[in-house]
Amino acid sequence: MAVPEITESYTGSVNRLTLGATSQSGGTRATTVVVGGAANVVYGGSDTQAGERPVIAIDVLDSRPNDWPEYLSEPYKDVLDSPAAWAKKCVDEFGAEIICLKFDGIHPEKGDKGADHAVSVTREVLEAVGVPLILWGCGNDEKDNQIMPKVSEAAKGENCLIGTVTEGNYKSLTAIALADGHNLITEAPLDINIGKQVNILAADMGFPLEKIVTFQDTGALGYGVEYSYSIQERQRLAALSGDKMMAMPVICDVGHEAWRAKEAKSEDAPDWGRADKRGPMWEAATAICLLQAGADILRMRHPKAISTVKDFINELW
Amino acid sequence: MALSGLEIFKLLPKTNCKECGKPTCLAFAMQLAQKKAKLEDCPHVSEDAKEKLAAAAAPPMQLVKFGNGDNEVQVGRETVLFRHEEKFYNPTVLTVTVSDKLSGEELNKRIEKINSLEFERVGQQIKVNAIAVVNESGSSEKFAAAAQSVKQGSELAMILCSDSPEAIEAAVSKTSDRVPLIASAKEDTAEQMAKISKDNKCPLVVKAPSIEALSQLSEKVKSGGVENLVLTLEDKSPRESLYNSTRMRVLSLRKVFRPLGYPTISFIQGDESEQVAAAASLICKYSNIVVVDAAEPEVILPLLTVVMNIFTDPQKPVQVEPKLYSVGEPDENSPLMFTTNFSLTYYTVESDVESSRVASYILVVDTEGTSVLTAYSGDKLNEKVVADAIKKSNVEEHIKHRKLIIPGYVAVMSGKLEETTGWEVMVGPRESATIPKYLKEVWQ
Repeated sequence: MAVPEITESYTGSVNRLTLGATSQSGGTRATTVVVGGAANVVYGGSDTQAGERPVIAIDVLDSRPNDWPEYLSEPYKDVLDSPAAWAKKCVDEFGAEIICLKFDGIHPEKGDKGADHAVSVTREVLEAVGVPLILWGCGNDEKDNQIMPKVSEAAKGENCLIGTVTEGNYKSLTAIALADGHNLITEAPLDINIGKQVNILAADMGFPLEKIVTFQDTGALGYGVEYSYSIQERQRLAALSGDKMMAMPVICDVGHEAWRAKEAKSEDAPDWGRADKRGPMWEAATAICLLQAGADILRMRHPKAISTVKDFINELW
Repeated sequence: MALSGLEIFKLLPKTNCKECGKPTCLAFAMQLAQKKAKLEDCPHVSEDAKEKLAAAAAPPMQLVKFGNGDNEVQVGRETVLFRHEEKFYNPTVLTVTVSDKLSGEELNKRIEKINSLEFERVGQQIKVNAIAVVNESGSSEKFAAAAQSVKQGSELAMILCSDSPEAIEAAVSKTSDRVPLIASAKEDTAEQMAKISKDNKCPLVVKAPSIEALSQLSEKVKSGGVENLVLTLEDKSPRESLYNSTRMRVLSLRKVFRPLGYPTISFIQGDESEQVAAAASLICKYSNIVVVDAAEPEVILPLLTVVMNIFTDPQKPVQVEPKLYSVGEPDENSPLMFTTNFSLTYYTVESDVESSRVASYILVVDTEGTSVLTAYSGDKLNEKVVADAIKKSNVEEHIKHRKLIIPGYVAVMSGKLEETTGWEVMVGPRESATIPKYLKEVWQ
């Protein structure tokens, strides 16, 4: 009996999007990164339909983190106070293709730092590394609205990816990202309908759909990864069916979420195996799961987890 | 694949005799297609039609069982490519290898170690549920002896891995009562392996270098009378494995291509990190049995958690029992907070309270497995529900104070809740992650 042909009739594909701008395009980046482009489900059809290689963005925090488990902060211990040195280390030693600059320190409960601080950190990191940047707010609407527009302006022309905007808070950041020529992250709380709604809201303000990346909230392995997984699969299928409002590349916040899991961070749990290896394994396994469901950009933290996932991506894409 | 009403109609006698109770053969065919009628109701249907209809009604993927008693495992009979379409039914059997090069104390230690790979997560037990004995020694006697030791040292289901029919024969003769899965029959050993499988009523893995060759081999073995088959492709890189595994799943489910309508098994190679990556991806992408060499808990726990998460029924939120939980060893002055019985919500809160190192009580309120905001907007979480939970839990006997910390997202219910319960309501953080800070700074 002959093996039948599989013929899929997908009409759409995931948008392709470029991050970073070199001097030819009005920026100062040494490299740019293209994400998205998949024209089939993950491993569906032939590898020519797989789109661009998923990419890892390594997190750099604007201020020294106080709550990082020892095994996570250890590889960064000499640079935690200097975002520029931190970013440089990520690029030079851990092969970061993108740096995600995360502004936790502006949060009212985590330092409450002001715009001057955020702007100078942005400038220093842009200076220190040549890779494209993601600029990610703290999640407090008021502070983000106050500070992220200034961060955006400081990186004008660099074609960064900036966010996040939500259903309830999208206007000011969408407007400034548009004005400064950045790409935008739309966020929804594990709800595919809200996810689409935020994209529509941003589009209504004139923001180009092909410059949007969606963030559907990430659940860590053991803590809801299956919700992110199925939403991403549904989003990919919607994109393939031609839904323009769902055809955006997907970003996942893997590092932060995975290291909240007690399986990753508990130092005192011998039944779960070696504490120094558990965290990186948990982070890597979370990332691998999300790749199976169509993640395009993974925000990650531990160098060991990053190298595991990078090897996997290079093998598969 | 299910036949349409018209396709079924073509197989019926088309006499409109009404003996089935329906006015016409076409009406009967339509009801059959919707599973509202049974074929037996038609007294005149031909044997040929019966066979065709039965074949079409068979599930597209075979169910295969191995092991015995409480440790029997079953794999296969999956119905969808994406879990959100329905759900994945039979969780991937995570298997760890034992080499037959080991003997004596070393062998027993390895078996013990695999036996101990059992964990409790979110109220459920998860564990490695099979052991693969691998014929690395090249000797039939050593292989049979190792299989015998595994049988004695472990209750887990067994997989016997050797390309040599003599070695398999020797090992099966010692272990057939445990119904091991035999791995594997190849083109040149298919007849001998099939005979062992048939004689001992053990399921069989068939192995070939390509999907095309595998289809032919499975057909051949099946026509020889062995129906409980598991499929594998030999010597594939993770990339080839994942693309092929996906193609095979599409062919078996969407095309109902019977020669590939069986569960699959993957043997994972590489260092620990490579094994975690390859195993996690193959659990997600359709391998029903995943065999790894790594036996360290830090490798196995994440993989078992992947199985648990991916095989969760997406239609049914996982719930925890609504009652009073203690974190650490709380006393009569410890804080009390409430959350919902959606397991993800509860375990996130529990984990954050734990990391605060402030011994606390968590009162879990029955919201039918929904999260805080969803429950509140659906009126499954209101002052009455919380007041009931306080009463039922007898928490008043455990603590002296009358202060209740509530999730920040439902701050709006504070007033009514104070009125109904007479307790002092303290509005906690919106995000669970800030609970430690809250307990340390505000609770005092």
